[in-house]
Amino acid sequence: MSQSKPILGASPLRKEGRAKVLGAAKYIDDQSLPGMWHGATVRSSIARGIICSITFAPEIDWEQFAIVRASDIPGENTIVHLTKDHPCLAESQVNHPEEPILLLAHPDKTALLAAVRGVRIEYDELPGVFTIEESEAAVENNDAERIIWPGSDAGGTANCFKQYLMYSGEANETEDGLAAAFEAADFIVEEEYHTGAQEQLYIENNGVIAECNKDALGNVSDVCVRGSMQCPYYVVHALTLIFNLPEEKCRVIQVETGGAFGGKEDFPSVIGSHAALLAMKCGHPVKITYDRAEDMAATTKRHPSRTRHRTAVSKDGKLLGGTIDVAIDGGAYATLSPVVLSRATIHSPGPYKWPHIRVRAKAMATNIPPHGAFRGFGAPQSLFALERHMDKIAKTIGLTPEELRRRNFLGTGDRTATGQLLNEPVDMQHLLTRALQESEYHEKLARFAEENKHSTIKRGVGFASFMHGAGFTGSGERRLNSLVHLDVLEDGRPQILVSSTEFGQGTNTILCQVAAQTLQLPYEDILIAQPDTSVVPNSGPTVASRTAMIVGKLVERASHQILATLREQEDLPEEHTREQFIAAAQSYRAKHGSLRASVRYEPATKIYWDDELYRGDAYPGYAWAVYVAEVAVDLNTYMATVTRFDALQEVGLVMHPVLAKGQIEGGVAQGIGYALYEKCVWKEGRMMNNQMTNYIMPTSADLPPIHVHFEEVPSIHGPGGAKGIGELPMDGPAPAILNAIENATGIAFNTIPLLPEDIFERFTSFTEPAHGGSEDFDPTHLGEFLPEAVA
Amino acid sequence: MNTPIQFTVNGNRQSVDVPPMKRLLDVLREDLHLTGTKEGCGEGECGACAVLLNGELVNSCLVPALQAHGSRLCTIEGVSTEGQLHPIQQCFLERGGAQCGICTPGMILATHHLLDKYPNPTLEQIQEGLAGNLCRCTGYMRIFESVQQAANTISP
Ligand code: FES
Ligand code: FES
Repeated sequence: MSQSKPILGASPLRKEGRAKVLGAAKYIDDQSLPGMWHGATVRSSIARGIICSITFAPEIDWEQFAIVRASDIPGENTIVHLTKDHPCLAESQVNHPEEPILLLAHPDKTALLAAVRGVRIEYDELPGVFTIEESEAAVENNDAERIIWPGSDAGGTANCFKQYLMYSGEANETEDGLAAAFEAADFIVEEEYHTGAQEQLYIENNGVIAECNKDALGNVSDVCVRGSMQCPYYVVHALTLIFNLPEEKCRVIQVETGGAFGGKEDFPSVIGSHAALLAMKCGHPVKITYDRAEDMAATTKRHPSRTRHRTAVSKDGKLLGGTIDVAIDGGAYATLSPVVLSRATIHSPGPYKWPHIRVRAKAMATNIPPHGAFRGFGAPQSLFALERHMDKIAKTIGLTPEELRRRNFLGTGDRTATGQLLNEPVDMQHLLTRALQESEYHEKLARFAEENKHSTIKRGVGFASFMHGAGFTGSGERRLNSLVHLDVLEDGRPQILVSSTEFGQGTNTILCQVAAQTLQLPYEDILIAQPDTSVVPNSGPTVASRTAMIVGKLVERASHQILATLREQEDLPEEHTREQFIAAAQSYRAKHGSLRASVRYEPATKIYWDDELYRGDAYPGYAWAVYVAEVAVDLNTYMATVTRFDALQEVGLVMHPVLAKGQIEGGVAQGIGYALYEKCVWKEGRMMNNQMTNYIMPTSADLPPIHVHFEEVPSIHGPGGAKGIGELPMDGPAPAILNAIENATGIAFNTIPLLPEDIFERFTSFTEPAHGGSEDFDPTHLGEFLPEAVA
Repeated sequence: MNTPIQFTVNGNRQSVDVPPMKRLLDVLREDLHLTGTKEGCGEGECGACAVLLNGELVNSCLVPALQAHGSRLCTIEGVSTEGQLHPIQQCFLERGGAQCGICTPGMILATHHLLDKYPNPTLEQIQEGLAGNLCRCTGYMRIFESVQQAANTISP
């Protein structure tokens, strides 16, 4: 059966969907192993200090428990990411609240709660720093007491995990160009923007089950961790150091994972190592699953940020030059902060032409649990700042937000701020036109301006234009050197072997579609192996919007390789039926024992990247987008609500329209939460609202209709022309919404999350906004407020 | 201090001997091995643990075992019949109503309950009816579509 209708671009049923709707899919907490014990973590109750003593409550029979301390770790006491500053268990000092100090295991889960409380730890407290500003101040004032992180061989300095300095050209020339631009500018527009931490809030908490075997001498011979995770090979790497074992002795299996969004990128290395250490100690398999409160208090969140823009603009609305200073709060250890900062840096100039630009970026240390990966990975922070700033520039020089952007958009053949030539078609002008049409932006702009005069509900529209790079930054994909296998099994069915994981985004489904399409076989015939590192090769982590584009392309190439082999050696015709394919594959297997194609990453075009200067081809491909928000701000309750959302994006070929829409809608919902609902309340580094009752994510009753629109311009980098879409929808909602709120109320809010109390405060205070805003606001004018002229 | 508790689960009579205050969620998952009912928060906020108790939608993490004594329970495992998907499950599958799937069992039971009450619900009724079930993946739009399609299938 040759396929008449292409399966790529159709919406076949999700591979593991049936098990999910039946409630039969087995997540980690649904599994148990014979003789399994349960583990728990004893954590720091203070933000920073020296551990003086650890005592055990006498009323508990500690003989029944397995106890693991840092000194029990057979290898290195580190959770390695980019540098080895992050201990697996604190030894003599703690650097953030909830830092793990001791691990306990017991056969009965219910015994653990009292035991954790029964471990008494005394500290000699040290002063902590809890904000970017406090961390900077310690460095500036040479305040040795508040230097909480010493620096590293991976480019970190005191209290600063990483810094980047990115120029749009040669450093000297750009500095000269910037000086001249600010000299010649008709307007200089400056502002500071802030974003808060955000919890990933996957509905399934972190959890793992670990097993450990010992040799005759009692040394650990191999370990196995299964659990909820994005990147099995990251966990393998962590285990090799903790146990001082070779890779092949550290087996990691991803099981059905109930949401991740980046929150299960680096953290499973921590909980996985903990469970494996307990399994080593007690001689039984050990399960650790966090409850919601522990998961929210102790695991990673999105990095809070502060971004300062200073821009030189001509009176006809041309960006002449700009400086951008980005700072993110990394928490107590470096973890992934340098890479999050990298993406923030590269995305900060947005989809615009900048004759001269300088971006300075830094990730600061604070005594907060380490911040980590969350969908968007630095880009939502810097794009929020940029797209708010574009509206501010427009307002300052008297152009509409639309016109200002139109005069500065990048297009095909232009170079981005890193000097990357855009040789694939880019048409932001068209995207903007279509997005404004689909959302009836102009008509609403006029209508709301009229209606707002007579209503205490102020309505407005706003938009954001942006892009998101797919794949690892710069030379990252080359370094990852991803490997994919494609086997044809005995019954003639192909099986994909990758370490790419499914956690709701649709990995299983789209990779099978790619294989089906290329092999000319029914989608139902294609199998995908469970990510078990003893079976699947390292096809890289499931992050950075890279799976569809990078891993998908590898699956496509592997499929071509299988076909080439069968055509050459088994005379499989160019157009074949399912039966012909199976016969050819089985005949080949009879002669050779197996049929496998293995392919490694190769860039589609030459990719040039300079890691020192931050110049070159930052990403293999970009998705481009314009998002439009419509809002209503109720002046009785000071509540801002999104009443409609339009998301238009150009993402190359849409591989699976139903899944793709679901990805965009889910990302937009998280973006709406980021902008208007989700606030982490901190006290001395500790999250105070670590419950679903007081950390509020949008419910089905809170969200507006989300309209998703695609433009398809096939890319050479992905299979069938696809690009990455996973993170893109997180970038646009927050700035679009705050732009719309400014349109509705006339007030520029430059900090998210923006809660009713923040709006109330600005409406009822006559003081300058806290973060250097410079708008004049006279509440008496609100009644007649008119938005900018219609373009 | 265990108490014998009897109820009907998905049409089968069951009896368990458990502490009376044990959460129904844990009784289902641990004692009856019905792991389709999920725990998301343990405090009645997320709806991942939702089941039908005498036809009413309840969060099983808030229900003590004792309270379920003598009741009729329906969990996700009881929605399909002999491996045949219920129309609600079929529509969630086709329309992208399940992504990571962890909220799906609760969401399907909430839909079941909603469609019992309103066979042809309006969008507002769907939004309100599912407001106790959090989904972090979908942004709910595919779920609304799944529910609408299920309603059309069941009561055209
Ligand atoms: S686990 Fe019961 S409502 Fe969340
Ligand atoms: S599908 Fe993942 S939480 Fe709903």
